[in-house]
Amino acid sequence: MPQPAGLLYSKEHEWVKLDGDTATVGITDYAQNSLGDIVYVELPRVGATLQQFGSIGVVESVKAVSDIYTPIGGEVLEINGALEGDPALLNREPFGAGWLFKVKVVDQGETGNLLSPESYDELTQE
Amino acid sequence: MQQLAFDTPLIFDLGQRGRANKYLPSAPPPDEFLPADMLRADLPLPDNTELDVNRHFTRLSQKTFAIDLGFYPLGSCTMKYNPRINDAMANLPALRNLHPFAPDELAQGALAIMWELERSLASLFGMAAFSLNPAAGAHAELTALLIAKAYFKKIGAAATRRTVIVPDTAHGTNPASAAMVGYRVVSLKSDSRGRVSVDEIKAAIGPDTAVCMMTNPNTLGLFEDHIKEIADAVHAAGGLMYYDGANANALMGNARPGDMGFDLMHLNLHKTFSIPHGGGGAGAGPVGVAEHLVPFLPTPVVRCNESAGAGGWEPSEGKTFGLDFDRPDAIGSMRSFWSNFAHMVRALAYVYANGFAGLTMVSKLAVLNANYIRASINDIIDTPYDENCRHEFVASAQALKRETGVRALDIGKALLDRGYHAPTVYFPLLVPECLMIEPTETESKETLDAFIADFRAIIATARIAPEAIMEAPVNTVVGRIDETRAARHPDLRWHPPTAAAAG
Repeated sequence: MPQPAGLLYSKEHEWVKLDGDTATVGITDYAQNSLGDIVYVELPRVGATLQQFGSIGVVESVKAVSDIYTPIGGEVLEINGALEGDPALLNREPFGAGWLFKVKVVDQGETGNLLSPESYDELTQE
Repeated sequence: MQQLAFDTPLIFDLGQRGRANKYLPSAPPPDEFLPADMLRADLPLPDNTELDVNRHFTRLSQKTFAIDLGFYPLGSCTMKYNPRINDAMANLPALRNLHPFAPDELAQGALAIMWELERSLASLFGMAAFSLNPAAGAHAELTALLIAKAYFKKIGAAATRRTVIVPDTAHGTNPASAAMVGYRVVSLKSDSRGRVSVDEIKAAIGPDTAVCMMTNPNTLGLFEDHIKEIADAVHAAGGLMYYDGANANALMGNARPGDMGFDLMHLNLHKTFSIPHGGGGAGAGPVGVAEHLVPFLPTPVVRCNESAGAGGWEPSEGKTFGLDFDRPDAIGSMRSFWSNFAHMVRALAYVYANGFAGLTMVSKLAVLNANYIRASINDIIDTPYDENCRHEFVASAQALKRETGVRALDIGKALLDRGYHAPTVYFPLLVPECLMIEPTETESKETLDAFIADFRAIIATARIAPEAIMEAPVNTVVGRIDETRAARHPDLRWHPPTAAAAG
């Protein structure tokens, strides 16, 4: 399945959508499909400062508990509160309502470390 | 195979007020010894006859699966048979009735058992000494890391040695144990051969490295063939090497962690040494150390008054023993009294029943059995890193899932229908849709052949009628459980009926 355009991707299967200096972060459809039914999501605190590729949260499925690595650094502006009551949102709409958190980006240069939709597509075909 | 599938209501829903047998004299009314504000009139405890209670729990016990009922190929858990001679020895009245406060001179036999077991483990695994104190595997990891921390403190390096390296093929509990002791965990990815890369580890180690935790063979069932080079590199950087004994059943008597350069290790007696395993019951996780770490072992240790205890195995006959509490560098005690003493008796019975030559054969047969299954199914399911494995191997249902929708989980459920315990699924994390299969040495060729035939039948069915596999199990007392709903909406406790509902 082709990856949504307009997003950037990490090798750890997260996506970023940039809007000025605000970045929205989520996990990819490939990630949610590999994880299976997601039952719990642990997100960073609002106000926390994140380093790019740092382990900043946890997603738990019926199969396993996996770390979430933020694809971009910055200060957490908002987290998706809807995931607490309905973690299945991550399975249903990984690129939409299942977004994880928003950060205020400090260094736009960090996007250079991320993958284009085409490169991420290649990674998941391997 | 089992009795009728009895309906078993909750014990709270059985019985009637006043049914309980009254063999014991009544206690004084609680208001004579408890403060009034702590008394509850509404505590709805069950009230049943002894017979009803006995039947209730016996029926529940018939719904479980056990190694005594069937084959249990649960990878990384080493579910081998527990020989009954072990229990017979642990139940000898002279051992069973011994009081944990008995003075050393009245407990010489028990101390001799602990000392002989400790010497046996030290010889078999090439360590200077073992502590029999820790109660299980993860408890042993914690113990070993506390020993490492005490060692770095003693040499004045506690402030700088802050990092523990854990490869992704190590045992799953390692990162949690390291974090619990306050270490920063650095996770290492394995290479294309499913092993730790020497270059990666060299890049990861430095003056902050405290411990590198490895499992060998690793959770893919592969031997880390560069182990000496890795150990040398970690030692050159000033770090310690820790051996997780989860997979010791693959090499017992044939290769020794001490010779590979490990400074610390643990064993799971409930895996490798045939004591009962699982059900949350008591385990035993002895921790072994190299010479320079012996002073930090937890108290007490069994001291032989006629031997320095540093040599190999020797008989206890003619020797006297004591419990040594006077160990100023020890990390403290990890467990009360003598820890799980009955398990030490079981483990030593296993050592005596097999002898060192027999224990060497145990691991050879465990490896042979795993390879026999692997080579008998690798034409119908992917086995990544397809080479001779050690005591276990990992298969992947990734291709099967793409083709038929049948996942590793469904294969596990279908195996339940055929009278097997499911293999470990979805671990290790680096293999998608994986099944980790460990037969152990105690299974006969007939059992392995039957398992192979059933496994092949499941995969064949998955290709022509996948829905039959996805609906499994249908022959078990409890059918397919909605695991997602159970995890998303856990309802873990019984709620007493409301007064209105109870009428």
